[in-house]
Amino acid sequence: MRWTVDCGYNLRSVKPTDVFDPNYFHKVVDCQYACPAHTNVPEYIRMIAQGRYTDAYMLNRETNVFPGILGRTCDRPCEPACRRTRVEEKPVAICRLKRVAADLRDDISERLPQIPTKKNGKRVACIGAGPASLTVANDLMPLGYQVTIFEKLDKAGGLMRSNIPHFRLPERVLDEEVDAILQMGVDIRYNKPVASMKALLDEGYDAVFVGTGAPRGKQLELPGRHETDSIHIGIDWLESVAFGHITKIEPRVLIIGVGNTARDCCRTSKRLGATDVKVIARRPRKYFKASPWELEDAEEEQVEILINHSPKRFVVENGKLIGMELDRLEWREEGGKQLSTIIDTVTIPCDAVILAIGQENSFPWIERDIGIEFDKKEMPLVDKKTFQCTRPGVFFGGDAAWGPENIIWAVAHGHEAAISIHNHCQGLPVTERPQQGMTLVSQKMGLHEWSYSNNYDEAARAKMRHVDLVERFKKLEIEVELGFDPEATAREVQRCLNCDVQTKFTDSLCIECDACIDICPLLCLTMTPNAEEPELRKQLTVPAENLKQELFVSGPLKQTKRVMIKDEDMCVHCSLCAERCPTGAWDMQKFELYLPHAGQASWTTSK
Amino acid sequence: MTYIAKPRLIHPGLRKNKLGLTVRDYEGALSTLCAGCGHDSVTTGIIQAFHELDTPPHRVVKLSGIGCSSKTPTYFLRDAHGFNAAHGRMPSIATGASAANKQLTYIGISGDGDSLSIGLGQLAHAIRRNLDMLYVIENNGVYGLTKGQFSASADLGSKSKRGEANSYGAIDPVSLALSLGATFIARSFSGDKRQLVSILKAAIAHKGFALVDVISPCVTFNDHEGSTKSYRYTREHLTEIVHSDFVPLKEEITVDYEAGGAAAVTMHDGSVLLFTKVAEGYDPSSREAVFSYLMKHQASGKIPTGILYVDESGKDMHELNRTAETPLSEVGFETLCPGSAKLDELMDDFR
Ligand SMILES: Cc1cc2nc3c(=O)[nH]c(=O)nc-3n(C[C@H](O)[C@H](O)[C@H](O)COP(=O)(O)OP(=O)(O)OC[C@H]3O[C@@H](n4cnc5c(N)ncnc54)[C@H](O)[C@@H]3O)c2cc1C
Ligand SMILES: Cc1ncc(C[n+]2csc(CCOP(=O)(O)OP(=O)(O)O)c2C)c(N)n1
Ligand code: SF4
Ligand code: SF4
Ligand code: SF4
Ligand SMILES: [Mg+2]
Repeated sequence: MRWTVDCGYNLRSVKPTDVFDPNYFHKVVDCQYACPAHTNVPEYIRMIAQGRYTDAYMLNRETNVFPGILGRTCDRPCEPACRRTRVEEKPVAICRLKRVAADLRDDISERLPQIPTKKNGKRVACIGAGPASLTVANDLMPLGYQVTIFEKLDKAGGLMRSNIPHFRLPERVLDEEVDAILQMGVDIRYNKPVASMKALLDEGYDAVFVGTGAPRGKQLELPGRHETDSIHIGIDWLESVAFGHITKIEPRVLIIGVGNTARDCCRTSKRLGATDVKVIARRPRKYFKASPWELEDAEEEQVEILINHSPKRFVVENGKLIGMELDRLEWREEGGKQLSTIIDTVTIPCDAVILAIGQENSFPWIERDIGIEFDKKEMPLVDKKTFQCTRPGVFFGGDAAWGPENIIWAVAHGHEAAISIHNHCQGLPVTERPQQGMTLVSQKMGLHEWSYSNNYDEAARAKMRHVDLVERFKKLEIEVELGFDPEATAREVQRCLNCDVQTKFTDSLCIECDACIDICPLLCLTMTPNAEEPELRKQLTVPAENLKQELFVSGPLKQTKRVMIKDEDMCVHCSLCAERCPTGAWDMQKFELYLPHAGQASWTTSK
Repeated sequence: MTYIAKPRLIHPGLRKNKLGLTVRDYEGALSTLCAGCGHDSVTTGIIQAFHELDTPPHRVVKLSGIGCSSKTPTYFLRDAHGFNAAHGRMPSIATGASAANKQLTYIGISGDGDSLSIGLGQLAHAIRRNLDMLYVIENNGVYGLTKGQFSASADLGSKSKRGEANSYGAIDPVSLALSLGATFIARSFSGDKRQLVSILKAAIAHKGFALVDVISPCVTFNDHEGSTKSYRYTREHLTEIVHSDFVPLKEEITVDYEAGGAAAVTMHDGSVLLFTKVAEGYDPSSREAVFSYLMKHQASGKIPTGILYVDESGKDMHELNRTAETPLSEVGFETLCPGSAKLDELMDDFR
């Protein structure tokens, strides 16, 4: 008889999910999990909804350090991960909402960490003043460290300063957030490129952090490359523009490459006098490295993108660049590989070319006999968890560690490296990381009332407003994106599904009445005899085919020994399961991740 | 009651039936019953059964009387026709509706109070006429809507929430239907949807009156220790004495039922009811055998479930009364109301 079958644990069944392992519920908060710095997105979105912009800003700052900058420039890995993309089409405009908090916040100086006047006697040197080093300083200064930053240029910010154009990131925003860190008392030495690591190490710092980025733009050695001075390296050219050394460009410009840099080069060209800007891509669109919105931005400014063209030769006459010869390619797929054949060769006339085909690391200033080992590609050997290289006390982070990434990764590296530096200086092993933790708090306010907005909002993703196409080209500094207006903000915050408000199940309370299963709009729930996971996934009310999303599996239920299973994939956190549960076996509980940074204690509360 | 509407989001993995509809297209309004009420599960069972049968929702008529159970037609098939009759009077309305249009599918939802107390006479005659409908009794042993008084299906000695024992014997709808000549009789449990849905599909396919008695616990007034209609008590005493699979028309039968000693009944629409596991000495096609089996086992305290009796050969109300093929709504006015001359002619016949 089916009800008396013993379906308790055996070898063929899944163990009950340990929801007190912070990883389980963290993974349900798709955006926070995807964010390299694990910013608590749903919480700050709710704060914005309540008009608590400063709180929202400070919550962001805890993890991502540069909310105003990132609210404009972040690569936003959170958005493709957003649950909303699975439930409907478009993610919550997480990044744009971050900017709202940054734009509307009050003065935060009172809320920044206090810097002890009595120092702890430890001196840390950071090389390069990009986001990675700045994050290290941000984490270590409040602990009493003396941090010295050596910077090659005469301003701080790294590529955020020298390469990201002002029409995307106003200098005022950059200054404010960089200064907030420098004003903690960082000893910053401008115009001080470190030319010898050995010499620096001899100065007796307790730890050294290398945050020098990937400063070398890739070359394209083709005939004609060195016969003219109208061919520029993208990142160097952008730097010259940023520092006012270059103020105009010729009318017809070809940009080689389709990444971040290419996008900024063509948009900058348009503002410096170019009238005809073309981007040259070897591959079809779906293989582009840039995020779709980056190209959209360029195309909106009437930049033409030529796909399937491969550079062959710079055409130079009497020392003057007059065009570029390109092979037209056709692509086909064979055994998972893309292969190309040349159809013909074309010449495209132009007056200038900008090479934006990538950046490389370069460490000529690090001696190879001081215990810092490099691999065959001339990259330092850096531990993925501790960010320490082969010489104890020397750490790498940001683009310098494993090649070009983006700001939020540099920040994430900075936090981790700061933990290692702190351990190193306190005589603890760098491998000893502080434990993550979590809290879960019921959000129940009444029989059918919750402390969050559980009603699914069908609103479509809000659109960004832009400065019009004539006005924006008048000055290099005009910020193109205007941010969300109050109406758009009010609508957008309601699109968030509050993925941190978790469905928490207590198996001992369940009477197996099916109410939760019957009500769930997305059919996430099933009660079934336990089995191995692949089998369980097939047995669910709707088979769980998205293997990236976890299954919650309860312990055996009292009456039938079946288990309650929840497929986390499509849950919209509507609370209906909890509202329909007669015994409170389901509850909606807010999950908060405790994510210790340098100097913060391990999670200790017993489960 | 829940304040928010159930989000109208469709899981992309939801199966679409032959009409291109997902199970969510068979839903109704959000339930206002108590959280955990068995009736809500029966509602879901009905939704699933109609979805799996590919029934167009607008070709269904849902009827009920009064009670928590009788509220539930609102919660399924929002596109179906419906009628909420006076307490215990649903069978009369169903009879009239069915007589006027035999092309629709009729489903009545009732409670043990609605059917076995005030409406017992109506139920008896609907069975006797063999009305072509599915008749579901959501049986919880109490009048849920009026706050939990014992109903006529409450077992002798079963305790009320306040601890008093019931001093009357129960009317068992299954035995009642058997003695009144019902042609399809089943019992199931709201907490076993797999069995429930399979039974409901067969009951819908049955020609004639199909009575399905569903034990459906009242979580608010009858789910305590001492109740014989609680989730726990029901689970502990259920015994599936007949296991059957419903195989819709045009689907291949994969079980070799002849070899397994199992029996098959072909329903009037060509679908097949396969009896794969039947208790020793049980024969769901013999009224006498079923009756004596049930009488013999009554004292054991077990609750037998499954399709307990089925007879596809019975004549239903339409055959017995030679009702019109064409729905009256489609018959022209001239034919329906031929005028006073014709009436006089008719009256002359009786003179
Ligand atoms: C054109 C362009 C646009 C970009 N746009 C975005 C964007 O929109 N969003 C995003 O997230 N990311 C963007 N990126 C990437 C992002 O800027 C970098 O990933 C990030 O700045 C890396 O930070 P970092 O701290 O590792 O190094 P960097 O920002 O590169 O900073 C390194 C610093 O070290 C200094 N330095 C180098 N060598 C020495 C030395 N020997 N001694 C002293 N100082 C030295 C440099 O002058 C520089 O200031 C873009 C990159 C480019 C090139
Ligand atoms: C004519 C009439 N008499 C009495 C009532 C009061 N009344 C409403 S519901 C109900 C009993 C319902 O019991 P049941 O059919 O078992 O439904 P349940 O609520 O248990 O599902 C009664 C007696 C009524 N509404 N109408
Ligand atoms: S819905 Fe909100 S909380 Fe959920 S993943 Fe998207 S942004 Fe994050
Ligand atoms: S909160 Fe509950 S009812 Fe709502 S989608 Fe998630 S599991 Fe389903
Ligand atoms: S009173 Fe009982 S029968 Fe009525 S809705 Fe509540 S649990 Fe269901
Ligand atoms: Mg009742």
